[in-house]
Amino acid sequence: MKFVTVSGPPSSGKTAIILQAIDALKERRFQIGVVKFDCLVTDDDKLYQKRGVPVRKGLSGALCPDHYFVSNIEACMKWGLEKDLDILISESAGLCNRCSPHIKDVTAICVIDNLSGIGTPKKIGPMLKAADIVVITKGDIVSQAEREVFASRVRQVNPKAVIMHVNGITGQGAFELSTLLAQTEEINTLKGKSLRFSMPAALCSYCLGETRIGDEYQMGNVRKIDLSSKPTAEGPKPLTLKIFLIRLALMRLASPERWKSCLPG
Amino acid sequence: MFARLTDDHLDDMGLTLDQLRSALRDYVEGMGALQQEIDTVEKLTIRGGFNKDREAEDFELDLIPGQITCIVGPTGSGKSRLLADIEWVAQGDTPTGRHILINGQVPDAKWRFSIEHKLVAQLSQNMNFVMDLSVEEFIRMHAESRFVANVDEKITSILVQANELAGESFTADTPITSLSGGQSRALMIADTAILSRSPIVLIDEIENAGIDRKKALALLIKEEKIVLMATHDPILALMGQRRLVIKNGGVAKIIETGQAERDNLEQLEILDRKLMALRHRIRQGETLETI
Repeated sequence: MKFVTVSGPPSSGKTAIILQAIDALKERRFQIGVVKFDCLVTDDDKLYQKRGVPVRKGLSGALCPDHYFVSNIEACMKWGLEKDLDILISESAGLCNRCSPHIKDVTAICVIDNLSGIGTPKKIGPMLKAADIVVITKGDIVSQAEREVFASRVRQVNPKAVIMHVNGITGQGAFELSTLLAQTEEINTLKGKSLRFSMPAALCSYCLGETRIGDEYQMGNVRKIDLSSKPTAEGPKPLTLKIFLIRLALMRLASPERWKSCLPG
Repeated sequence: MFARLTDDHLDDMGLTLDQLRSALRDYVEGMGALQQEIDTVEKLTIRGGFNKDREAEDFELDLIPGQITCIVGPTGSGKSRLLADIEWVAQGDTPTGRHILINGQVPDAKWRFSIEHKLVAQLSQNMNFVMDLSVEEFIRMHAESRFVANVDEKITSILVQANELAGESFTADTPITSLSGGQSRALMIADTAILSRSPIVLIDEIENAGIDRKKALALLIKEEKIVLMATHDPILALMGQRRLVIKNGGVAKIIETGQAERDNLEQLEILDRKLMALRHRIRQGETLETI
């Protein structure tokens, strides 16, 4: 089975591009399935169902979406194998711009749209930086010059990627994208593979359900914003995980009440 | 510089020193590639494949810079597929089985995959400017993204050309988002003609308002572009050297513009000018009781 990760900012056109590519791949007699990852709500699975594409969705809810992705993707892979798919596509929104679902040795696509502004390629980070294929959408409504400038900004962030223009509405470019998908390597397990980028660390009292604001409620991996006028070269040091866990243990011993109030639910 | 980076910095970026080094190397190489001159396309050959009923198209057509080729046919007939075949430099690997040759040769893969070797620049009716910039800032940004040397010269020549094409003039300080439809189209065409690297320009109709279409095409030809134009406008269609008639996913016929048609073009242009003059009178608040 071939496996591809597709990510991109919300509303950039991921689902439209995947649907167009699926139509082209079906003509080539490929069996395709999709796993859609999202945070709170998604109806995209219905769009896939309508086309007769086997689909599963995962909503991360109160968990960090990318952590949720990485802890479930191996199971999704097994589902795809059981369904006897030729190609499994995982679709996820890159949510905090510091994460990316891209896995080493697995073809990674980032979808980004011309309307998002030319500063956007720089802001997106690993999701774009570490992609093999960058698909730029909504090219039919901006000028040629803006398309060229946008593509060159993408190129600055990711000099190695194949950059393609695909139109999610007319499907222009989708056949070509499907050719690249059809050429990806066969892969049967993700066990032992690793993410291309480490995920941002959190692990603080807010991870455990704390909602109150104020220094006394903040524990663990907390970083303070620098509001002084002169820019400092070095940001404040975040706590290491070890120190955090020790503090957490100490808190549990010293004030069981507060410990309990920190727990979710 | 590398030595001054702390582990925390790297951690924030999710990088190791080695990854950073190789990313920097890729960046320098990539930016170097953007500065290279694009290979010249002296001839683009389309070798026919087949239509939706698998009937052979049976044609081979050479397009050379300075020529205008019109594409006609109803919506859904396969016009976009033809353009996509050109853009992808198809090698029998698209649904039409067409082949595209550049300078008579099977082209290098770079024409498919590198943005600096993008074959086709597109101009269509739906396109708008979305950036919040003045005309000058906009052209400068486009020029800089291509690492063009004489930026100020380009800005002046694009501005002059665009004003030649547009019915109503605009200045370097005008915000691009407040340009009229005709002015936007004029700026897009002048900018594409002078600053875009792509040797082929695809035009999807040029509306007959606020822009001198004849001058627009002349500018593109002067800049040695291969012009492909999807149009059903009689004047534009007759301005082309030939028309590709698309039906059922394939090129059904190639019509060369003959002398009789060219003579009629003059008639059509007289009619067009007359209509434009009436339009002008309406704009000036006049009546059309006598025409």
